[in-house]
Amino acid sequence: MITISKYNEALNRYNKKIADASVEDMVLNMGPQHPSTHGVLRLELITDGEIVKEVIPHIGYLHRCFEKHAESLTYQQTIPLNDRMDYLSTMNNSHAWVMGVERMLGIDKDIPKRIEYIRVLVCELNRIASHLIAIGTYGIDIGAFTPFLWCFTDREHIMGMLEWASGSRMLYNYIWVGGLFYDLPVGFEERCREFVDYFKPKMVELNQLLTNNQIFISRTANVGVLPLDVAINYGCSGPVLRGSGLKYDLRRIDNYSAYPELDFDIPVGKGEMGTVGDCWDRYKVRVDEIDQSLKMVEQCLDRLQKELKRTPEFDPRAKLPRKITPKAQDYYMRAEGAKGELGFYFIADGRSEIPFRAKARGPSFNNLSVLPVISKNVMIADLIAIVGSIDFVLGEVDR
Amino acid sequence: MSFDDIKLLLTNKFGESVITGEEYTGMQPALLIDPDRIAEVCLELRDNPKTYFDFLSCLTGIDYGIDSGRFGVVYNLSSIPYHLQLTLKVSKENNRNEEELPSFPSVTSVYRTADWHEREAFDLVGIFFEGHPDLRRILLPDDWEGYPLRKDYKTAEYYKGIKID
Repeated sequence: MITISKYNEALNRYNKKIADASVEDMVLNMGPQHPSTHGVLRLELITDGEIVKEVIPHIGYLHRCFEKHAESLTYQQTIPLNDRMDYLSTMNNSHAWVMGVERMLGIDKDIPKRIEYIRVLVCELNRIASHLIAIGTYGIDIGAFTPFLWCFTDREHIMGMLEWASGSRMLYNYIWVGGLFYDLPVGFEERCREFVDYFKPKMVELNQLLTNNQIFISRTANVGVLPLDVAINYGCSGPVLRGSGLKYDLRRIDNYSAYPELDFDIPVGKGEMGTVGDCWDRYKVRVDEIDQSLKMVEQCLDRLQKELKRTPEFDPRAKLPRKITPKAQDYYMRAEGAKGELGFYFIADGRSEIPFRAKARGPSFNNLSVLPVISKNVMIADLIAIVGSIDFVLGEVDR
Repeated sequence: MSFDDIKLLLTNKFGESVITGEEYTGMQPALLIDPDRIAEVCLELRDNPKTYFDFLSCLTGIDYGIDSGRFGVVYNLSSIPYHLQLTLKVSKENNRNEEELPSFPSVTSVYRTADWHEREAFDLVGIFFEGHPDLRRILLPDDWEGYPLRKDYKTAEYYKGIKID
């Protein structure tokens, strides 16, 4: 059934393009079931021999109607669904959502300091875990198997700690509107400090093995160069934008939660091994961010063990609002997730506990949209390197 | 640059009629823009050295409900050099006929990131963007019927003759 209308004009044009391309060139499907696409992403490649002439990404295989569900659940009930967006840095997702709701309610200034610090602590731990996956799987894409195992071993410590705190391994539902699910378990701070001391030398080893590895550098330097103006125009954010050399981090720009009190640097790509904005730069930004996150974790632990020490009467649920009914307004909340600018656009109607509309702006979604531009006329093997360096999570792309 | 300065800048450049209203309900005030001129407004805001709204954070397609019969698009712009944020809104009335979708000019020529965002709005809310280079469905299959984020959407029972549980 082919209907001619302006609403499917683009579809017909696309079908014709693929049909025409199949005659001259080869149309190759990469994915959806392919390990190096990091999930169920399908890339349709128009290839001439080994050269990729064009990449057409097809997404939506993991679409779970997050926005539709959010329109029928209360703000608090949506947090577990939120966790399923970027399932590698779950804490960051719920942190952004919760902050948005708290600001709409006007209670964001009343959150106790200890809660803010615990939130930042778990978010940064989760960011390290997410970057470890990015680094490990990037290694395996390029053909280095060992870093993958090392990264997963170290990530397991973080998973164990967060499981201890929240009761769940990956999808925590730990940060709640107005507070937390529970206080940190007794001994968590000490265990976390132990982990930081153990993990720091591991990063040095990882750098020796992968970051400065000549084979790795040859595969990634000068490959997939993303110029800064293109990155901004395509809405790239997070390590992808910083890899192109711009010092832009919402943790510093918006100064939310406990971040203004923490001391950390914003690593950017400098083009050490090749051009600014190449795959190696994007990779290196993540490695450096792990160091910065460790620094933040240590600062949080210092304060959580001294002036913000746990007391028996401290109740992280004390400020939980009974009923979450923000007054009628629109609010766009943005925060720095592990992959970049994570935004939620809320429309509250002022009457119900359910948002009228909640739109999620996933950083991976925008970062992925730049892929067809930076992978024009590259080799197929380089395309794998580019895809890995963007580090997207399909749960967030498809929502 | 404050919100009022931006307003002044736009009215000086395009005349009074370009701004059809303002919203001060929440913490982030919004400008309601004449739907036909949204692309020019975005281009001016992006390239004017006083604003440099070079980053389109988010683009949301909205169905304002069956009673109001309106569809709208919200643009959350942000300026990296000046650390500013701005919300622009456009909306139009529409009778919900699927042969005649609400239609707005595409801002893809200004912000390339709008490409996928507009495809998503077309896919889920059923908003058509004139001048979009490749307006296909993005998250749902090409042959999906209806627009799920519309308030009157009935959950599909069958897809290609297969019952959906």
